[in-house]
Amino acid sequence: MKSHVHTLAEKGFRLDNRKFDEYRPVKVEYSPLENAEGSARVTMGKTVVLAGVKMEVGTPFPDTPDDGVLMVNSELLPLANPDFESGPPSIEAIELSRVVDRGIRESGTIDTKKLCIKKGEKVWMVLLDIYPMNDDGNLFDAAALAGIAALQDAKLPEYKDEKVDYTKKTSKGIPLSKVPVECTVVKIDNHLFIDPSREEEKAADARLTIATIGKQLCAMQKGGDQALTDKEIEEMVDLAVKKTEELRKLLKK
Amino acid sequence: MSELLVQEKEVVIPGQILAKGMDFLPAHGTFREEDNIISSMVGLVNLNGRLIKIIPLTGPYIPRRDDVVIGKVVDIGPWGWRVDIRWAYQAMLSLKDATQEFIERGTDLTQFYNIGDILMVRIVNVSGSKVIDLGMKGPGLRKLTEGRMIQITPSKVPRLIGKQGSMITMIKEKTETRILVGQNGNVWISGLDPIKEKVAVDAIDIIDKESQSEGLTDSIEKYLNDKLGIKKEKKVEEKKEEVKEEKESKKKEK
Repeated sequence: MKSHVHTLAEKGFRLDNRKFDEYRPVKVEYSPLENAEGSARVTMGKTVVLAGVKMEVGTPFPDTPDDGVLMVNSELLPLANPDFESGPPSIEAIELSRVVDRGIRESGTIDTKKLCIKKGEKVWMVLLDIYPMNDDGNLFDAAALAGIAALQDAKLPEYKDEKVDYTKKTSKGIPLSKVPVECTVVKIDNHLFIDPSREEEKAADARLTIATIGKQLCAMQKGGDQALTDKEIEEMVDLAVKKTEELRKLLKK
Repeated sequence: MSELLVQEKEVVIPGQILAKGMDFLPAHGTFREEDNIISSMVGLVNLNGRLIKIIPLTGPYIPRRDDVVIGKVVDIGPWGWRVDIRWAYQAMLSLKDATQEFIERGTDLTQFYNIGDILMVRIVNVSGSKVIDLGMKGPGLRKLTEGRMIQITPSKVPRLIGKQGSMITMIKEKTETRILVGQNGNVWISGLDPIKEKVAVDAIDIIDKESQSEGLTDSIEKYLNDKLGIKKEKKVEEKKEEVKEEKESKKKEK
């Protein structure tokens, strides 16, 4: 299977006859979950990722007394892929949540100052949970897209007399200024692939996940056990900037 | 006073009463409770004289002796190889059944089969403790290279092969691919043309999804003609004419 990916790549083909720089059909659905403050489901071919936002009121970190808090958590359920085990979060699960977290955090899209209720005492905490429902490769891009869509979708619950009333949603959303979108490029032999399927991920030599806001880069994560040259990284970045533009069109403004 | 409550090829659910009275006999997927014969599976009814059988719509592969299956090597030990053949218990390929060659003590076994390799193997024995012995001695049993493996529901393997292999032969000929089907639902496909290979994969997917529908062979043939015909038009103009001629001659035949 692995060698087949390589042979096909040599001929200029992929397992599902896609072009090297072509995404599978991507779909973004808003608010699939009722009880979450905001949620989104992203479908990328057979890959399905569900993201949900819960809002909580808590004490801020002492070094940032007037900043709201963002926490991203993900769990790789055996439901999504037989290779995933239940139990404490695996390295892959931590990496997935960290990459999504970094994309959102480093782009500075959330105006954390606006999430402050009382300086040093009470701030809104944004809990973003990522749950892959089905893993057919490229969880990074799907999770990042679902994450930002869920944040866009979120509405703050009512906060009165130091208590949060989750039954009532206000019209106020999370203050977002930018739309960070991630794109993963994998290297197989000397070819650069976008949106790898599960088989292609297994055959990949290296991968680079790039988060962009428009033409600006905000985060990167390298994976796989082979090195990348400067030229390859430049190519990957160009590709990612082009492709994230396409993904961004699927999100609401 | 016996009464049959279902028809041939009807979809039934567990607990559904299929027949009343003692004139019918319960077979695979059914059981008798007092006078009634009741289904224990979701599947299609198959009537064979007095026997009532259910062909399950889905379910695991249950190994039987002499089945030829396709599996993946998951472990190597001093005894031989352990192979995943989509069955909950272990399947072992022991050294003596693996090759015709003499293997000296201490040989590196990865030079024969390594972890991740795909093998076409025969089930030599299913022991009472559910451990399965595999063998590689026989025509066509070998390591499979250059191609891809896809999985279908094991109970749909007969549908994919068709009557006297009609379905699989048609796909092979039209897409010019080599297709090997294991009884456990693993299918190996390799073709020279990646586009045609993908068409074969898609066709097999359709069979897996719509196995219960009538006239599947014809609709698959139409699907293949459509897909391959369009591809040919795009590629070479000359071939387009050939296809047209073929179609016309087929019409005349009809």
